[in-house]
Amino acid sequence: MSILLQQLVNGLVLGSVYALVALGYTMVYGILGLINFAHGDVTMIGAMVALTSITALSGHLPWPAAVALGLIAAIAVCMVLGYFIERLAYRPLRHAPRLAPLITAIGVSIILQNLAMLIWGRQYLAFPALLPQTWFDIDGARITGIQLAILGIALTLMLILDFLVRHTRLGRAMRATAQSPQLAGLMGINANQIISVTFLIGSALAAVAGLMVSAYYGLAHYYMGFLLGLKAFSAAVLGGIGQLRGAILGGLLLGVIESLGAGYIGVLTHGLLGSNYQDVFAFFVLIIVLMVRPSGLLGKPATDRA
Amino acid sequence: MGASASIFSPVSVGKGLLLVVLPLLLQAGPGAAWVRIVDMALLYSMLAIGLNIVVGFAGLLDLGYIAFYATGAYLYALLDSMQFNLHWPLWATLPLSAALAGLFGLLLGAPTLRLRGDYLAIVTLGFGEIVRIFLNNLDTPFNLTNGPQGISLIDPIRLGNFTFSRPHHFAGLTLTGTQQYYYLFLATVIGMAWLATRLQHSRIGRAWAAIREDELAAAASGIAVRNYKLLAFSLGATCGGFAGALFAGFQGFVSPESFNLMESVMVLCMVVLGGMGNVNGVIFGAILLTVLPEALRMMGDWQLNHFGHIWIDPNDVRMLLFGGALILIMLYRPAGLLPSPAQRREWQKKLP
Repeated sequence: MSILLQQLVNGLVLGSVYALVALGYTMVYGILGLINFAHGDVTMIGAMVALTSITALSGHLPWPAAVALGLIAAIAVCMVLGYFIERLAYRPLRHAPRLAPLITAIGVSIILQNLAMLIWGRQYLAFPALLPQTWFDIDGARITGIQLAILGIALTLMLILDFLVRHTRLGRAMRATAQSPQLAGLMGINANQIISVTFLIGSALAAVAGLMVSAYYGLAHYYMGFLLGLKAFSAAVLGGIGQLRGAILGGLLLGVIESLGAGYIGVLTHGLLGSNYQDVFAFFVLIIVLMVRPSGLLGKPATDRA
Repeated sequence: MGASASIFSPVSVGKGLLLVVLPLLLQAGPGAAWVRIVDMALLYSMLAIGLNIVVGFAGLLDLGYIAFYATGAYLYALLDSMQFNLHWPLWATLPLSAALAGLFGLLLGAPTLRLRGDYLAIVTLGFGEIVRIFLNNLDTPFNLTNGPQGISLIDPIRLGNFTFSRPHHFAGLTLTGTQQYYYLFLATVIGMAWLATRLQHSRIGRAWAAIREDELAAAASGIAVRNYKLLAFSLGATCGGFAGALFAGFQGFVSPESFNLMESVMVLCMVVLGGMGNVNGVIFGAILLTVLPEALRMMGDWQLNHFGHIWIDPNDVRMLLFGGALILIMLYRPAGLLPSPAQRREWQKKLP
């Protein structure tokens, strides 16, 4: 029982990070219909900036201040990055063939990875050991303070975003733009501005997720955004792409499935398959869910016609 | 098209001659390494032609295409290496590799092709990753793929007594292994390109175009959408498997890392950047995207020769420049460098 609880908690923590990144994918997809391939790498940049600034500040400031300043730096860098990526690589191609912006997104992703490699090198960077190592034992499962903090912050951000999109003027404008940029324009909404805001919000969430991942695993690497982005995008699709609550559900679900899968696959197959099949598990569930519900868990059935 | 009428025109003959002597020129000029790069470019051309059937003709976004390349390569590696001490002849291995990849395409396509565009993309992406992870881990419980180390000492391609990796003498010329592979691959690319073009202008090709433009209208016109999509998917996969088998024989070594998602993405870039739906365009894209990173690698020597000092280390910045090139080309030629007429029309129609 304690193993199950432990895996559930680990899965929820991992899943809430996936969900934060998935929100960025799903918001952009909801409005532009574009897979923002570079989003995972924006997350990576967030992790790198946070890690280096926290390392630099850790000697001079108490740890909460260092972490907070590192987070602010990461958010600022990622927001600037997200804004310019949209302006330079996606906006000029808004009326181009559908796959053209996908290729520029791949180009941006390659650039960000190699830029990070030039700046921070090829080696793994270690997160400074300054966070207090506290934990709670519940029924034999160990829940660390970092895990609790990640869960708490992620859930708070999700609630704020959900409120923002559902109950504010900005959120209404975002939803209107997602339905039809032209019609939203006729209602006096500046669609370009809304799209920029969407990228800013998504990038800020990515920065937070980046800090969380590097603090949780204690590592950051220029290539980490790739798999993280892949999983997060899968989570967004799993929940029904374009749906905010879908991305949250998909992220949490994917995290839990992965964690339980990795924990139990050995027992289930009598030791035939090991936890190195963890990633297979996630994609397998994704394929099965999409076969049963082709628009994702919370997605509305839709046709291919734009 | 009138291509058949102009095949003996001076320009065509000139181009043909250039293709024939190219490996000799490269060997004499820039060196043997470039013959190898051109061989790889031809292999990627095969992949681009195959993926173009799926993406360009039928309009299905496939992000896991490299899995079929891997299937072909690994089957060849298993049937012609010391792994199980099998050494099957090429006429058995090559069709089997292509057929197995085609079968995989069918198996993946059958349940998933009713998904909408981007959902299909992520499912194929997941499939590609699943194949790679299995290749990586199938050294236990029994050793099938040799895990992350991959399979080495794969037999070179042999036709009868002719081994492609050994130098041979022809009419006073000595051809190296890579040069002989060049001619084999060139012939394959020309054959595939011819087949793909014929397909495109056949009843099947028109059905694919109809599905790509408007699936609902195509179905209403009596086109069996599902079957035609499956056909595109498995034909594309077959090309991938074929190319994979040739790659395994050429390289003599396969490992899971050659078949990661980035490779799928690169082939997709070749198709889109060259010009979706246009066979010549995607071949051009494949050659450009294979040669460009290698050419950027040469920047270091160039700097050394001209300035006597390396200002910018090409290994550091070449992928940076490559990413920038992808963006710039797409910004200025959104329909690709050599778009098919249909793509160009579609794009211009959409301009406000």
